[in-house]
Amino acid sequence: MVVSALYILDARGRVLISRNYRGDVPNDVINQVKQKVIEAEDDSSTKPIIHDEQRGYSLALIKVSDIFLVAVTRTNANAALMLSFLYRVVLVFREYFKDVEEESIRDNFVLIYELLDEMMDFGFPQSTESKVLQEYITQERHVLETPRPPIAVTNAVSWRSEGVKHQRNEVFLDVIEKVNLLVGANGNVLYSEILGQMKMKSFLSGMPELKLGLNDKLQFEASGRPGQRAVELEDIKFHQCVRLSRFEADRTISFIPPDGEFELMSYRLSTPIRPLIWVDAVIEFHPYRVDYTVNVRAQFKPKYTANSVKIYVPTPPDADTPFKSASGRVKYMPEKDVFVWSLKHLHGGQELVVRGYFGLPSIPSSENREQAVRRPISVEFEIPYFTVSGLQVRYLKIIEKSGYRALPWVRYITQNGDYQLRMA
Amino acid sequence: MPDSKYFSTTNRGELFELKQLLNSQSSRSKREALKQIIASMTIGKDVSSLFTDVLNCMQTVDLELKKLVYLYLISYAKTQPDLAILAVNTFVKDASDPNPLIRTLALRTMGCIQLTRISEYLCEPLRRALKDADPYVRKTAAICVAKLYEVDPALVSEYGFISTLKELVLDSSPMVVANAIAALGEIDESLPGTLELKPNLVSGLIQCLNDCSEWGQVFIIDAVASYMPSGTEEAESIIERLLPRLYHANAAVVLSSMKVIVKNLKYVKSAEFSRMIQKKLGAPLVTLVSAEPEVQYVALRNINLLVRKYPEILQNEFKAFFCKYNDPPYIKEEKLEILVRLANDDNAPKIISECKEYASEVDVGFVRSSVQAIGRIALKIESAANNSVETLLELVRTRVVYVVQESLVVMKDIMRKYPNEFEGAIPVLCENLEALDEPNARASLVWIIGEYADRIENVVELVESFLDNFRDESIQVQQQLLTCTIKVYLKCNGSCKSSLERILNDGMKNSDNADLRERAFFYSRLLQANKEMANSVVLARKPRIVSTHEDLDESLLNTLLDEMGSLASVFHRSPHVFLASSKPLPQVSIMEDEWNEENAQVLSHDILDLSLSDKPQLGDASEASNKTSVDELFESSSGTASTKKPKEQNNDLLSLIDDLFSPAQSSSSVDHGDDLQKRMKLLLPSSKARGLEISGAFSAEQGGIQYVLKLRNESNEIIGENAIQFNKNLLGLIPARSKLDVVRINPNESVVCKVDLRYVSSEKDSRKGLLFQMALKNDVCGVIYFGDKLDESNLNIFLESESTGKLTKQAFLQEWSKIGSSDEVVKQFNVPAGVSLPNYFIEKLYPLKVFHVASSPSGQSYFSARLVGEICVLLEFRWADKDSNVQLASRCNSAKELVKLFERLIEKALGK
Repeated sequence: MVVSALYILDARGRVLISRNYRGDVPNDVINQVKQKVIEAEDDSSTKPIIHDEQRGYSLALIKVSDIFLVAVTRTNANAALMLSFLYRVVLVFREYFKDVEEESIRDNFVLIYELLDEMMDFGFPQSTESKVLQEYITQERHVLETPRPPIAVTNAVSWRSEGVKHQRNEVFLDVIEKVNLLVGANGNVLYSEILGQMKMKSFLSGMPELKLGLNDKLQFEASGRPGQRAVELEDIKFHQCVRLSRFEADRTISFIPPDGEFELMSYRLSTPIRPLIWVDAVIEFHPYRVDYTVNVRAQFKPKYTANSVKIYVPTPPDADTPFKSASGRVKYMPEKDVFVWSLKHLHGGQELVVRGYFGLPSIPSSENREQAVRRPISVEFEIPYFTVSGLQVRYLKIIEKSGYRALPWVRYITQNGDYQLRMA
Repeated sequence: MPDSKYFSTTNRGELFELKQLLNSQSSRSKREALKQIIASMTIGKDVSSLFTDVLNCMQTVDLELKKLVYLYLISYAKTQPDLAILAVNTFVKDASDPNPLIRTLALRTMGCIQLTRISEYLCEPLRRALKDADPYVRKTAAICVAKLYEVDPALVSEYGFISTLKELVLDSSPMVVANAIAALGEIDESLPGTLELKPNLVSGLIQCLNDCSEWGQVFIIDAVASYMPSGTEEAESIIERLLPRLYHANAAVVLSSMKVIVKNLKYVKSAEFSRMIQKKLGAPLVTLVSAEPEVQYVALRNINLLVRKYPEILQNEFKAFFCKYNDPPYIKEEKLEILVRLANDDNAPKIISECKEYASEVDVGFVRSSVQAIGRIALKIESAANNSVETLLELVRTRVVYVVQESLVVMKDIMRKYPNEFEGAIPVLCENLEALDEPNARASLVWIIGEYADRIENVVELVESFLDNFRDESIQVQQQLLTCTIKVYLKCNGSCKSSLERILNDGMKNSDNADLRERAFFYSRLLQANKEMANSVVLARKPRIVSTHEDLDESLLNTLLDEMGSLASVFHRSPHVFLASSKPLPQVSIMEDEWNEENAQVLSHDILDLSLSDKPQLGDASEASNKTSVDELFESSSGTASTKKPKEQNNDLLSLIDDLFSPAQSSSSVDHGDDLQKRMKLLLPSSKARGLEISGAFSAEQGGIQYVLKLRNESNEIIGENAIQFNKNLLGLIPARSKLDVVRINPNESVVCKVDLRYVSSEKDSRKGLLFQMALKNDVCGVIYFGDKLDESNLNIFLESESTGKLTKQAFLQEWSKIGSSDEVVKQFNVPAGVSLPNYFIEKLYPLKVFHVASSPSGQSYFSARLVGEICVLLEFRWADKDSNVQLASRCNSAKELVKLFERLIEKALGK
């Protein structure tokens, strides 16, 4: 289950940096990626895991902005581990130098070599906690004092060092819910799901012990207090700081947070939901033009408001004159064959219409056009102070042995995920 | 300033300048120079000539400089082994630096320089590092043992590092534990038994998971996966304790835990417990489907395996696998496959209507897969057939060319499964005649017309319209047309007679294609001979098809489920198959050398001079395979579907003759015992053997030993003149006749044949270990080398029965002293408490064909076993009273590996 070598390639498949951890793959092994992946016409069709039949190597690769990260192995390695490690490498790089792209890789190559050595040894992933790594791997040179490995690296609490100090002890918790929704051409909801995320920014001194209480149905049941408004979370994934066994035992979410920003947990609900924003479009083809009537309706309570609503409506590929509409802010995006209807605010219960038309060339290729506008409509939006699942944070307790008082701040927001409505 | 400046090319005197900088006094200039050097190294420039100068910078207090020097050394030490040795002093010195970071750095770097000469100096610092007070050093040292093992395993055992690693498994730092487990696991691959998992240890490791980093958790969980629980209770406890891991954010942790849980479920007796656990697995799997697309892909490939065995887990979650418009194509294909597998009576309508949506997307490949999916659901679920057909007809009406063509192919399969149920669809299908340009779609429509000739009004007209361009059609369509026309002739009282005569003549005289010609001849003679017979042959009832997609073999599926999360689970291939080329399996590469040197002459002689008079003896296998190859003369290769073989032989023959879509592959396999089928393993994939896939197993029948080969021809050529040869081996077994009983193997056909083996003492060679190296020669592939192994599953075949296997006391003593104590292997193990010895041994070992010779009351017992080829294995058990610990001493007059094999078998048998 071991990675033999790791490569970082530019968009054209040239090696920017490589680290051959085990010396058992020749360096030209990477040329194959170039042929198979980068020179392929459509890079989205290449599978992320490939096997070189002739030479017996397997590759796992991910693409991030304009670079590729590739892990090579000769064994029946753990594929999930390879890919999640690559993603983690990117995350750590991002913490060190923000944007991960060709330029930044070149700019930081010495640092990257160091990091690669620290994060993986002989093909086994080691410590990948950027906060902790930053304590002893830096490029700021005060040479006189040679750093020592932080205790945290090998500790049970490997994500936080002792002795963290903050002036104000604060913790911010963002509850972000994304709605994945697919509405069929007949108006029925084919598929809906809520993906929730709790992002925490902790600025707390010492080794604080946190406990998070949610209106989780199973937690209520476990503590024998049914009957309250509760949400049944279907599947929960926790950051490694959360004590999983404790959660399994009594659904208590307890943890020592890393310092700074991290994703505390994610959850999923597949309870059927009514589309929060309903869109339907009537498209009529005429010999020289196509008419659009697009309706939007906000199907949530009036006390909430959706911000930055964007509705993407498919257009025929050969539409030639820009969209003419009587009302609304509408922009034609020929490169994607859609037009976007933007609404700054959409209040709960509100209903709006936009009408307009495109010119079409006189030579019709009707089949193509009809086919093209059958792509789904997609919607982007954000509704602050609102969780579509009804999830709420009941408490966030912070206990530290020095006994300081810390302030927890909680924010809620609901956003679109893959939010699509198929056209009739 | 950004480091990228170091990449800008400098003038020609670059190396000289760098040299000067390296030798300057300022550590700042040295650092600058080294950065420049590393940058050159990164873009592939050769800077090895600076080795000595870089080495001089190694002794420094500047950590950054040191790191750069070490980085350089890792890359170039191999090219300059003589100079690299000069670095050793500094390494050793650094390895005892007061700063743990520097100690670690030296150790890690030294381990990375894979030179035997450096390794010698590594051992002493490594020994100290393994006991270092700082866990950071210990965790690096643990991995370093694995590094050393790769270069020089002998040193590892000399210094007893493996037992030190085992101590580290109990370390106080979770990271040290995880790395020690990882290192042990790695060494275990080359030295099985290194990672010895005992119940307490497994329990301790699972406890440790709570404190481990996510990667450490994966190492440990993967190690626990190799542990076999002692029984239902332990399995249940492992499962329960791993359940919380499914909440982990890291997909690798989730998948590995899933693997261990599924593996242990097999040992759980309580159906209720099993059901309860299965219920908990669905949600975490679905969540993985919203991970990054690459990770999602790995998850989906695994789910794809899981739903084959446990469809219930996800049947209610099928909607999670609906494709999103912007999913990458590889994700969509996987989801579609899972949807088909999850389809049942309840959800089929929803899945079908979803597939219909996909059929209007832009990606042609995905559209085709979606149409196929609709057809597969119809074949799988009877209640959904109607719905599927209606949907397909709607799709046909869209007149999108590729949708129509794919729908036709699918409709043909549905009609083969449900004959006479969907005649109503035929007119709609026929309307699209002109649009069809793909042979497969045309052939499908022609087949449908022939099949329903008597219900189609304008059938003659339709057929004639095809026949006008008969010669321009592809072979596949021509063959179908031939069959179709004769069907029309027979079904519709002689209509199309003139056309039939015309194309039969045309086919017999003008076609260059042998299959078409033969088919024309066959039909023409059949008609001449007897029209009644023609009726019964051509219009015979055909077997219903079951599915159009091949399923994974059950044993492969189980193997893959045990490998969840790994590459094998992504490729859906057994690890030893796809790794065959990289990790030289003994069967392939070692053999090629040895074989060529030692036996090339014998081989070419034997295999090339196969006399033709050497008539195949009609044994069971050859009879069967001959018969099936006759059947297949009339099979076309147009279909890939598999049919169920009807019981009646006669009916079978007739239907096979007519059913042009019947499978080329599955009908030809000869019935064998289940057991043999299961034991058959893939020896060589077709990619390695020029189109021939070889599987095989040993078997024993009628007092003799055979090697049963299954050959599958995946090339386009007919393979004939097959002969086999064995290399010298442990048991001295070689084929009785080198020519195989198989006349020829058609493309896509597989045949099974038995090779009788005989013992020849001169072919015995105990140096070969447990390997049987074989070579196969035929007229297409040339000589192919492959091999099989003597292992736990087939050892029994070679063991003699009690009459020969049980030695007399005297013979035993004689042999025992003849072999001598130098070749004795001793092992300790435990037997369950409270059993009565030696009766327990006698009873447990008898089925293994290991027979009791004598016992003494003082706690000793003697056993013997004999193998083909005058090999005997002698065993001595010693035990003290009321002690479950038993010592087993074994002696054998052959290879040591054999003794090890026995030990494993015995330990297994006695452990239960």
